[in-house]
Formats: sequence, structure tokens, C-alpha cells
Amino acid sequence: MRELEYLRPDSAAAAVAAVADRPGARFLGGGTNLVDHLKLGVASPELLVDISRLPLTDVEAYDGPDGSWLRIGTNVRNSDLAAHPVVRSRFPAVARALLAGASGQLRNQATTGGNLLQRTRCVYFQDVTTPCNKRDPGSGCSALEGYGRYNAILGASPECVTTHPSDLAVALTAMDAVVVVLGPEGERRVPIEELYRLPGDRPELDTVLAPSDLVTAVELPSAAANEHATYTKVRDRASFAFALVSVAASLDLAGGVVQDVRLAWGGVAHKPWRARRAEAALRDRPFDEDALRAAIDEELADATTTDQTASKVPMVRNATTMTLLRLAEEAAR
Amino acid sequence: MDAQLSLTVDGTVHSLTVDTRTTLLDALRERLGVISPKKGCDHGQCGSCTVLLDGRRHLTCLALAVAYDGAEIVTADGLAADGLHPVQQAFLDQDGYQCGYCTPGQVCSAVGMLDELKEGHPSHVTEDLVGEIEPSEVEVRERMSGNLCRCGAYPGILAAVCEAARG
Ligand SMILES: Cc1cc2nc3c(=O)[nH]c(=O)nc-3n(C[C@H](O)[C@H](O)[C@H](O)COP(=O)(O)OP(=O)(O)OC[C@H]3O[C@@H](n4cnc5c(N)ncnc54)[C@H](O)[C@@H]3O)c2cc1C
Ligand code: SF4
Ligand code: FES
Ligand code: FES
Repeated sequence: MRELEYLRPDSAAAAVAAVADRPGARFLGGGTNLVDHLKLGVASPELLVDISRLPLTDVEAYDGPDGSWLRIGTNVRNSDLAAHPVVRSRFPAVARALLAGASGQLRNQATTGGNLLQRTRCVYFQDVTTPCNKRDPGSGCSALEGYGRYNAILGASPECVTTHPSDLAVALTAMDAVVVVLGPEGERRVPIEELYRLPGDRPELDTVLAPSDLVTAVELPSAAANEHATYTKVRDRASFAFALVSVAASLDLAGGVVQDVRLAWGGVAHKPWRARRAEAALRDRPFDEDALRAAIDEELADATTTDQTASKVPMVRNATTMTLLRLAEEAAR
Repeated sequence: MDAQLSLTVDGTVHSLTVDTRTTLLDALRERLGVISPKKGCDHGQCGSCTVLLDGRRHLTCLALAVAYDGAEIVTADGLAADGLHPVQQAFLDQDGYQCGYCTPGQVCSAVGMLDELKEGHPSHVTEDLVGEIEPSEVEVRERMSGNLCRCGAYPGILAAVCEAARG
């Protein structure tokens, strides 16, 4: 591990300035991903700017010109967010996604922003002895020919076929969350769908953020659909494992007709995949299982698979069907 | 770079200077001689390095010591300062271990987990996110999934934690 300077600024602006001033600087949140990467040699910053004690820890509702929002400070820990009464009652998919991730200890430590900006779990990305375009641009992609069960089936490029590991990000994508970012030029609000990238020919970039962009908060819009929502995770063991595929879904039905539906998939792409084609096929139509399966297949029309990922197609199809049928059943009660 | 910090471990205040790359686990074990937390995987995957940090269960392997200046840490050893903690007694009663390597982490995790249950925090297996929570076996299994036991002493561990949960 290379020599490491450590700084704990007392304001968000000072933290942003400290990272902007030094090319080798990185923010440190809960450290559950970054400290791992220091040990593995995947990350080798010269300076860590510790933001984990900045008082960005509130969860509060506010009314804006475009409706009411729940604003979550970046330093709210994953466990506290999942346990928050408003999140449990009004954004159940967010609580469910958090509770499906990592372990009790890790959730006590992991921050909201850190969770969203955690890096891929691709085994080659984490192994510095192997080629990986994301870690070392231009070196090649070991996952194309190697171990590929966690690879993408949508939106991949020949440069990188990995998936985004965060469960929370998938739920936030279905909820139309907005990420509040403080950069050297000031604050801006980035809709979560615009935060994440597909790999294209720049797989080293996970998001549109610059290194000195600090996530200060995440905002959730109040919407009826977000209350009738849930999260389903398919994995190799019942607990403490990353997703093979996952589904965040919300459904608003009236008289058996879909008023609103939101659907996002995890484990299928380099970013949380908002299934807009499927949503459009379902909206304003009578809801039944045949229509649902047809809509999902429309979204999956462009899927490309290998021997190792072929199983993800029926996995995501069935998990989505099950999840939406269950939401419809709950709505009927 | 070296950094100065202070840690309270099992009631004793320590001042120490560490290289910024030192993990909390290495600071405890190698610098302070506090060997109750164990190094299993060193990557957040096994839970054997779990302590109670400012009252909550927390890993020490994915934590840089310098970031925890001022923290109050209780290890499984410290839980027994005034006689065995009820969770430790339950591990004895129910044979909750074989080699014992994962045990200090299991015990700290269980103590932290029981507090979370008491506060009504839901888990992945909780059906009703806003209702009362039964400390059932299914709940305990899910909530303890961050602690692996290489000996496979899970039946005893589960029985011990369930006994402690019933209080
Ligand atoms: C064994 C294990 C199992 C796991 N299982 C799961 C799982 O099933 N599902 C899941 O979703 N996750 C899982 N995780 C990942 C875990 O959720 C993340 O490591 C955690 O959420 C990262 O948060 P952190 O605060 O610790 O981030 P850090 O490690 O501190 O930071 C992560 C990255 O984000 C950057 N960063 C941090 N905060 C900010 C900010 N506010 N603004 C800008 N940049 C920032 C850092 O520079 C770094 O690049 C697992 C992790 C481990 C170790
Ligand atoms: S899939 Fe992406 S992260 Fe994995 S080896 Fe290829 S380039 Fe690296
Ligand atoms: S040593 Fe910390 S989790 Fe394994
Ligand atoms: S008792 Fe041996 S590892 Fe758990």
C-alpha cells in the first residue's frame, strides 16, 4: 500500500476543495469498499479526505415547487436508513433493498453516498494480477473469456461486461431518486438515471461524477407508486451475497388497470437498468400475467447472453413477474 | 504519514501513533495487544473481527484506525468485565462453538443485533416492515449472516443467540 495522507475537513465545501486540489485524492465514507480496495491495490490514493463525520445525517421531508421530497444526508448509514420509520412506510422498496445488502455490521458502517459509489465486484477488477479495462484502461477484459456468472446481459460493451453491485441504487432508480452533488462549481441535482453510465469505450468511469464531486444527499419524491413497492433479490445463498439479478418494482392499479408502474433491474447491466420499455407496455392497460410477461420480454429483446449468463434471462423474467403479481395481490387486498 | 489518536478499549483509554494505513483491527491486535477480535478474512466477509463501536456492531478490518479517533470500543473480552455477559453464558449453555475462533465476533455481533431487535429494526426476512418483530429463528439466522463459522457450529450458535434473545 502506498504512503497515505489523511485529512478530516470540517465542512463539505472544504472536503470538495481538498479533493479538487490533489489529483491523487479520494473521499472516504464508511470505508467498507475503499479500504478493501487499498488492501487489494485496486485503489492507491495519496490522500484520503474523510467525510464520514460531516453532519450530513438528517432524513427530512420538505416541500419543493415540484412536490414533496424526502432528503437523506449522505452520512446516514445503511442500517439507519432501512430502519427509518418514513422509509419503511413510504418507500418500502428502499428499505427492502438495503436490508437485502451486505451484513448487519457492514450496514452499520456503510454510508448512503458510499453505497451508490461502490465499485464493481467483478473478480478480475479486484485482482490486480489480471487484465481489466475498468481498473487499468486498455489492458483488456478478463471477464469476456473467464468467470462470467455475474456479467451483464444488457448494455455491455466489448470493453467491459460487468454489472453494478448496489442493491440500494436499483431501488432508487425505480423511485426516480435525485442525487445532490456538491462540486467545485457549486451544488447540482442529478437524477439517478443520469448518474450511472454504460461502459461504452470508457469502462473506467462508473458515473458522470468527477473525483471532486461530493454526494451530499439523496432525495426521494413522494409518489403513491413509491408506497406500493418492493424489492426482490435472487442470489446464490439466502443472505449475505450479491445479486445475480434483482428487481425493484412499484405498481399503482385502479380497477385492474395500470395507472403507474416502475421497474428497475439489478445484476443485468453496468448500471441499474430502468425497464422503461416494459413500463410503457404495461401503463394504462389491464393488468394480467400474460401482458406482464410480454412486456418483460419486450425489455429483454436486446439481451445478449453467454453460457454463463443465459440463466439470467428466465431469472429476471420470473423474478419480475412474481414481484409484480405479488404487488397486484397486495393492492387487491 | 503518522497520525495520533485516542481509543477507549474495554474501558481503558489508549493514546497511540499509527501509520495512516493501519486498520483498526491491526491497531487493536498488534499495537494494543487486544487480541479478542480475530482476523479471519480481512475483507469484511466473515465477521470474526466484529466489536461494538460506539455501541453498535462494527467490523474492524475494513476500517482505518485514524478514522476512529475518539471511538469507544468494547470487545468480547470487555463484555465479560463483570462476569459473563448473558450472550456469552448462552454460548456456553448451548455449545455455541467448536474451535472458538469466530466466537468473539459472533458474541459481539449477537449483542449488537439484540439491541437492533429491541429497537424494532426490521430485517430482510421481516414480513411487515412496520409491525412488531418476533425474535424467531428465521430472524436470528438472517441477522447473524455476517458472521461465518468455519467449524460449522451454526446449530449451537443459533440456539445460543435464540436463548439470549428470549432473555
Ligand atoms: C462482504 C461484503 C458484502 C457486501 N454485500 C453487498 C450487497 O449484497 N449489496 C450491496 O449493495 N452492497 C454490498 N456490499 C457493499 C457495501 O454496501 C458497500 O461497500 C458500502 O455501501 C460502501 O459504502 P461506504 O460508505 O463504506 O463507502 P466507501 O468505501 O467509503 O466509499 C466507496 C466509494 O465511494 C466514494 N465515496 C464515498 N462517499 C462519497 C460521497 N459522499 N461522495 C462522493 N464519493 C463518495 C469513495 O471515494 C469510494 O470510491 C458488500 C460489501 C462487502 C465488504
Ligand atoms: S468486465 Fe469490466 S470490470 Fe470485469 S474484467 Fe472486464 S473490464 Fe474489468
Ligand atoms: S476479518 Fe473482518 S470480516 Fe473477516
Ligand atoms: S467455532 Fe471454529 S470457526 Fe466458529
